[in-house]
Parts: sequence; structure tokens; C-alpha cells
Amino acid sequence: MEEELLKLLEKNCRLTDEQISRMLGKEQGDLRCMMQKLEDDKVILAYKAIVDWDKVEHESVNALIELKITPQRDQGFDRVAKKIYNYPEVESLYLMSGGYDLCVQLRGKTMKEVAYFVARKLAVMDEVVSTATHFVLKKYKDTGVIFESATADERGNMA
Amino acid sequence: MDYSKLLTPTVQEIKPSGIRKFFDLLDNVKDVIGLTVGQPDFLTPWHIRVAGIESLETGKCFYTANSGTPALREEIAEYLARRFSLTYDPADEIIVTVGGSEAIDLAIRALVCPGDEVIIPQPAFVCYGPLVSLAGGVPVYINTKEENAFKLTADELKAALSPKTKLVVLPYPNNPTGAIMTAEDLAPIADVLRGTDVAVLSDEIYAELTYGHKHTSIASLPGMRERTIVASGFSKTYAMTGWRLGYTAAPREITQQMLKIHQYAIMCASTTSQLAAIEALRAGDDDIAMMHDEYNRRRRYIVSGLRGLGIDCFDPEGAFYVFPNISRFGMTSEEFCSRLLNEQRVAIVPGTAFGDCGEGFARISYAYSVEHITAALDRIERFTRSLS
Repeated sequence: MEEELLKLLEKNCRLTDEQISRMLGKEQGDLRCMMQKLEDDKVILAYKAIVDWDKVEHESVNALIELKITPQRDQGFDRVAKKIYNYPEVESLYLMSGGYDLCVQLRGKTMKEVAYFVARKLAVMDEVVSTATHFVLKKYKDTGVIFESATADERGNMA
Repeated sequence: MDYSKLLTPTVQEIKPSGIRKFFDLLDNVKDVIGLTVGQPDFLTPWHIRVAGIESLETGKCFYTANSGTPALREEIAEYLARRFSLTYDPADEIIVTVGGSEAIDLAIRALVCPGDEVIIPQPAFVCYGPLVSLAGGVPVYINTKEENAFKLTADELKAALSPKTKLVVLPYPNNPTGAIMTAEDLAPIADVLRGTDVAVLSDEIYAELTYGHKHTSIASLPGMRERTIVASGFSKTYAMTGWRLGYTAAPREITQQMLKIHQYAIMCASTTSQLAAIEALRAGDDDIAMMHDEYNRRRRYIVSGLRGLGIDCFDPEGAFYVFPNISRFGMTSEEFCSRLLNEQRVAIVPGTAFGDCGEGFARISYAYSVEHITAALDRIERFTRSLS
């Protein structure tokens, strides 16, 4: 039941308690308790909208930065990761296997702003061995949502 | 030219589909929220579409064997064994058809002689009776009842059997009622038919869409395989309606004869569709589960929504339709549906489109998003309030 509830919310977190209760055949009170517990346990971390910022007059630029890191004794990557993810510009941060260590996703207002952040905040950290910055040219799909769809049929399906 | 003399009386006497008649009304009303569609709202899963595209890119543009590509027939046999414990030899017991509709037509044409009776439980999908008439047979309808959850009972079947009975159509999971026949429901039906010369056409197109009970095919019951033609297809299971692909599974003696009709009338099903269907069967079980679970949520949602409006609604356990009882509003089904359409611009199908015994009911499809269903329920509420 929990898993079904999570899948439902992951797809659409704006469903009302009543709708969810009807879809899952569970009492609203029970569902609210379940959701509260999932929130308290940090299983559900946030409810957010997915926005196509290109559609509004809002200059923004996304970049993906590969960082090679010297891990620190006793702390591995966690300390440097924390230093990085606390910057609000950082949208996501992953520890990677393969050719580099940390993958930083950044959003800034301009390319200059992103470049500045990389040069002044990331590259200068003692643990950072090297950086490689890739700017996003176009977002096709994010968090399971397709951004530009050619057509929608009468029932709202995107093709 | 006197067309009435040119065209056969049989074809002229057949009525056009009652669902279509209602759809024609829709064209004249604007901003309609429709709950009429009898097909999935999901797109064919992408990996299946890719398989179709690749088949074209690599030039697979030729006829296949009449009964379908051997690889597809093998996958179908494997699928039927895996999901429903049915055993068919892919070499000569499976025919790949142009949709489930052709599968139904093949069975009827191969079995029914002029004057033979074919028992058809109603309410049901609209094609069986007309196809029986085209074959010169006589449809004998059984009106299934809401108090029996629209299941076919052994007593009803016994009462309808006659020395002329050739075939019984078993349309479960059922369109439009959402009724299913469980293993326990099927056993007494099998008892009635075992030892007779009556065959069964089991239309199992909605077999993957049952909620609570796993689908049982009557062909898996003792003594039934020899007399059963299973008709099924890819449309509902994999959201592939436009690909027009189905199949029959039947004993080789029956398959051999059906294959001749298919050979001369159709040749073979679309090659592109067949190659996409192989991918569906090999890697589509997760898609089936995803769509099934989504339908189930909508099913619970719409049933509880309708009951909340005081509309009696039998609990549908299969397909993607609900069949509410609207008789307490004191109108015929057709009146109810056309007033709902004109006054609140919600389209649902009158139960009578699926046989006279559908009077007092309406078919509502839940192959729509929850937002769409919610908007429709709001309007239905306004409509029922205006009546009281």
C-alpha cells in the first residue's frame, strides 16, 4: 500500500486526499497518517512542481560539472559534498563511479554566473583536482516529464 | 439501380452498431467530456513502437506465413502457458489475426452452418450477433442479470441449449458490464457443455484486466480445450488497438479449417504489427502490470465517485468499464444519456447499445485520466441533482 501511495504521489502530488482515498480504496484518515509517517521518516522529502522555465521570461542556464576529488581521510567524499551542496545554486549532486567523482548540476542566471561559480567556488577547493563544465543546450526530459511534445491527443497523451 | 435487390438481404438486415449511433450525436455538441471510448488511453509502450519502427527500417515489408510468423506464434504459445496455463502447439494451433474481431469472425464462420444456433450472453460487445447472422446462423441471446453480477449461470445456459446449438460465446471479462467469470463460475458451465457437441468461443481480449481474481480461461478446465476457441489480441493488453493484431488458439482440427478462411480473406496480419507484438510478448509484462494498476485505481475512484452521487453501481471486476444502474431516475437509458449529453455535456453510452437487456444501465469507460474522470463526475452530479 505504501509503495502504491508513493508511486501515485511521485506522478502527481496534487491529488487531493479524497481522490487518493478513492483510488486506493483506503480511509482518508489512514492515508493521512501514512503520509505523515512517510514525511516524518523522510521517505517523502518534498512536493515540487516541474517547471519549463524557458516558457516564461526567465533567463536561466543549466550546467553539469564533473569534479575530480581527492578523498579525505576518515571522511571520504562526504565533507566536500556537503560543502558543495549547501550552495543554493547547486540543484543536485551525485557521487559517481567511473572517470570522475562528483557530478554537480547547477542553475544560474547566465553563463558568466555559472563560470564564476565554478572558478571561484568549486575549482579553488583544496580537495578538487579538476573540473569539466558542460552547459545544457536544451532540456528534453526531466524527472520523467517530457518538455517539448509534438502533439497531444484528445485525452492529453503526448506523442 | 435497385440497390435493395443488388445487396444481400442478410447484410441489409443487420443493424449498424449502436455505439456508433451514439457517437454520431456527439459531433453536434461542443465541449463534451467523453467517457465513451473502448480503448486504452495509454500509448503503445515505446519499446514496442521501436520494434515496429525497426522492422520497417530493416525492410521487413513482406507477407508472413498465413498463420503469422513462427516466432510470434511461439511467443503467443509461451505467453498463454505462462499467464493462463493453456497449452497450444505454435505450429498448427495458433493463427495471428487482424485484431480480436477477425479471430471472432473466423471461429463463427468455421463452425456455424445456416440454421445453427449460437448462444450469446448479453449485455455484450456488439459484434457477435451480426457475425452469426452473416454466417447464416441464429443468435440466441441470454440476458444476464445484475443480481448475478452479470455472470452467465449454468441454469440460464441449460435453458437456452437446443439440438440446434452449435456454439456458445463466452465474452468475459465483459464489455460493457465489467463482469468476470472465475474458475468457480466456469466449472458449472463446463459441466453443462462437457459431453455435448457444443463448442465455445471464449473472447478473452480483456484477460489481463481483472481486479481481485486472476483470469481463468474456460479452455483450461477439464474437457474444455477440445471444444474451445480462445480469441484474444494485443489491443487492450498492450494498448495496441491501432495495430490491429489478435489471435486464435484452438485444437488443430479447428485451426486448420479457420486458417483457410484467413488465408483467402486476409492472407496474413500486418508484418509490422507482428514484429512489434513479438517485442510486446517478450518484454511487456511490466507494461501490463503498470496499466493494470492504473486502471484499478481509476476503477475504485469512479465506482466510489458514482456511489457517492447515489448512483447504484455493480462492482466491476474486469475490463475498463463500469455499468451503473440508472433505472431509478425513471428514464430510458437512451433518454438519460442524451439528456446528460445535452444538459451537462458528458457522453456515456446507453446500455441498450449492448443488447435490449442493457435497458436501465449505461456504460462508462474509465480509460481516462483521473482529472478527466473527476471533471465528468462533477457534471454528472449537477445532472442528477437537477433531476431530484
